[in-house]
Amino acid sequence: MSQVTFKNKWLPYLLVLPQIVITVVFVFWPAFTSLRMAFYRTSPFGDRVFFVGWQNFQRLLQSREYLASLRITLFFAGCVTFFGVVISLGIALLLNQSLRGLPFYRTAILWPYGIALPVAGILWMFLFHPNFGLIPYWLRGIIDFDFDWILNADAAMLIIIVTAVWTNLGYNVAFFLAGLQSIPGSLVEAALVDGATSFKAVRHVTIPLLWPTTFFLIVMNLIYALFNTFGLVDAITKGGPGRATEILIYKAYNDGIISLNLGSSAAQSVILMITAILLTVFQFRFMERKVSY
Amino acid sequence: MSAKKLVVVFVLAALLAGSGLASARVQIDFWMSMSGQLGETVEALVQKFNESQDEYEVRAFFRGAYAESMTAAIAAYRAGNPPHILQVYEVGTVTMLLSGAVYPVYQLMEDYGMDINWDDFIPAVLGYYLHDGKLYSLPFNSSTPILYYNKDIFAAAGLDPERPPQTWQELEEVSRKVLEAGAARYGFTTGWPCGYLLENTLAWHGVPFATLNNGFDGLEAELLLNEGFALEHMERLAKWHEEDIFRYGGRGDAANWIFLGGDAAMMIHSSALIGTMKQSGLNWGATYLPHYGDPYPKTNTIVGGATLWVMKGHSPEEYRGVAEFLKFVSQPEQQAWWHQQTGYVPISIPASELLEAQGHFEREPYQKIAIEQLNWSEPTPITRGIRLGNFLEVRNVIEGEMENIFGGRTSVKEGMDNAVQKGNELLKEFAEMYQ
Repeated sequence: MSQVTFKNKWLPYLLVLPQIVITVVFVFWPAFTSLRMAFYRTSPFGDRVFFVGWQNFQRLLQSREYLASLRITLFFAGCVTFFGVVISLGIALLLNQSLRGLPFYRTAILWPYGIALPVAGILWMFLFHPNFGLIPYWLRGIIDFDFDWILNADAAMLIIIVTAVWTNLGYNVAFFLAGLQSIPGSLVEAALVDGATSFKAVRHVTIPLLWPTTFFLIVMNLIYALFNTFGLVDAITKGGPGRATEILIYKAYNDGIISLNLGSSAAQSVILMITAILLTVFQFRFMERKVSY
Repeated sequence: MSAKKLVVVFVLAALLAGSGLASARVQIDFWMSMSGQLGETVEALVQKFNESQDEYEVRAFFRGAYAESMTAAIAAYRAGNPPHILQVYEVGTVTMLLSGAVYPVYQLMEDYGMDINWDDFIPAVLGYYLHDGKLYSLPFNSSTPILYYNKDIFAAAGLDPERPPQTWQELEEVSRKVLEAGAARYGFTTGWPCGYLLENTLAWHGVPFATLNNGFDGLEAELLLNEGFALEHMERLAKWHEEDIFRYGGRGDAANWIFLGGDAAMMIHSSALIGTMKQSGLNWGATYLPHYGDPYPKTNTIVGGATLWVMKGHSPEEYRGVAEFLKFVSQPEQQAWWHQQTGYVPISIPASELLEAQGHFEREPYQKIAIEQLNWSEPTPITRGIRLGNFLEVRNVIEGEMENIFGGRTSVKEGMDNAVQKGNELLKEFAEMYQ
């Protein structure tokens, strides 16, 4: 890539300055405040502040609820990533042909990605609410099945996984399509000519070649499931029933804003922040290296 | 015009504008958590005050639900910019009392010479909110849970629509009849499960919720929910849940739709919902919260709702305005108006008497139920309310275990044991903070 040069020495800094200011004020400053707060226990109004060292972190790692939340989060993130990637790969393969009305299908698949996650959550919440939703009403009437995520932990987990996957389909499909289109069609044709079924062709030619995209999407989906889904959980289950869908990021909010335990919430935020940093570093290092075929 | 003349005109205009500003009203910020029809009513009340005088202007802001507006106020206070008046729910009482961030209302009214007769407030309200014999916040919207029922479902089940059940035993019978007749999917449901099924039911029967007189006597209180009356009641509810007599519909207001949509014959919910009921189109009725009868006394139920707290950090001029507003809001005429618009209980005796004199309760007999329940008997040390630290978190823990119990994931005893153990841990954490 060629280097861009500016005539004015100060101009580049000036152009970047707004973004830097926003990042410092809205990202770094709260992050450092969180880091500091994680070592204190404060009363809600801040009139009593105690330095407690590592105690907040120790209590977290010994807490039944935190470890349960960790398990739930891993399960949730794993399912969202797995199903998100697999389903969108299937859809991308289907959309990679010349079908009639292809632009329509592609737009339709991409659309949900444009919806903000809390809004998607509200949509699904209205459709599936056990007390007034249309789908549970039909399910009860037709097959006498009670889909109630207010009482049933599995139903609650199912609905947040489905909503999370649905909303992110567009993003995944878009990347897979781009990846698919960068694979020369001649390679797949060659395989077919050699007598492979289309399934085998996809499995042995397309998918391996798609690995950089797939790897990228796996990491992005993990980050999405771990950190972006707060609004979703808040719109639908709010961590319930009991704490069956209280993923880590929701627990940090719950303990901090609702229960006003700011020290513990800050400690949880710090742990999440470290996880996010590690994931991002991992992705960048891996992407740098050439992926072997 | 020459440049010099222009400057003169400019300065004169600025002075005029400035003097206009100087005579503007003192602004008072009131953060509240009422939305929808209730929010509009609060704004109308504020408007009435603003129109009744020309020195102060109160501005009401909806800052989200109670939990969120409290967090916002805390953040604002820490940033040195709190509102003047904050509406805080009853479970936030201890946090506010110990915060060091409030200007006690009794002090405020005294300091600014406002004439308020504190004994005018009904005993149930005083019992809950008095601290060291004084009111630190102004009671504003108080309600209590009552039993709503659907008259059409009753009729369809062959029951008398004018004779709702009075005891839990009758409630069970009525539910069974409704289910047998296929008139509804469930017998009854409830809003705010911990608040209504445990806190209020225990108080109504004279049973303590926690030690140390429900926490009024100290921060070292512990929960009493995994034994005796509370445990038996939960076991009965769990059994009923399996038979669809009772349906757990979620926390807060989530279950409202089960009743409003005609899936349940009855619902235990706040008397403040009367306004919503009227707009719902349902053929509804209401009666007292069910009671088991002997051997438990019929005492009184607890006030729910919120009070108005005054935050520190403002000027005397502004505080005078705050005092005027609080005095205005406490007048019998305003309280009577507020009650008629909403369904919140008129919290002063003169307001009740005014409504009585106006024949209000003859036109609206259901509005009397809540008042009678709150005043049924003189509050005792355990029926005046519950004062626990971290109360919101404790409630969340209890409702979480209720969900595990009604969802069939734990037994009743195990669930309640967990709730008590975790709840006590939370109470201890709070006590440690304020030693």
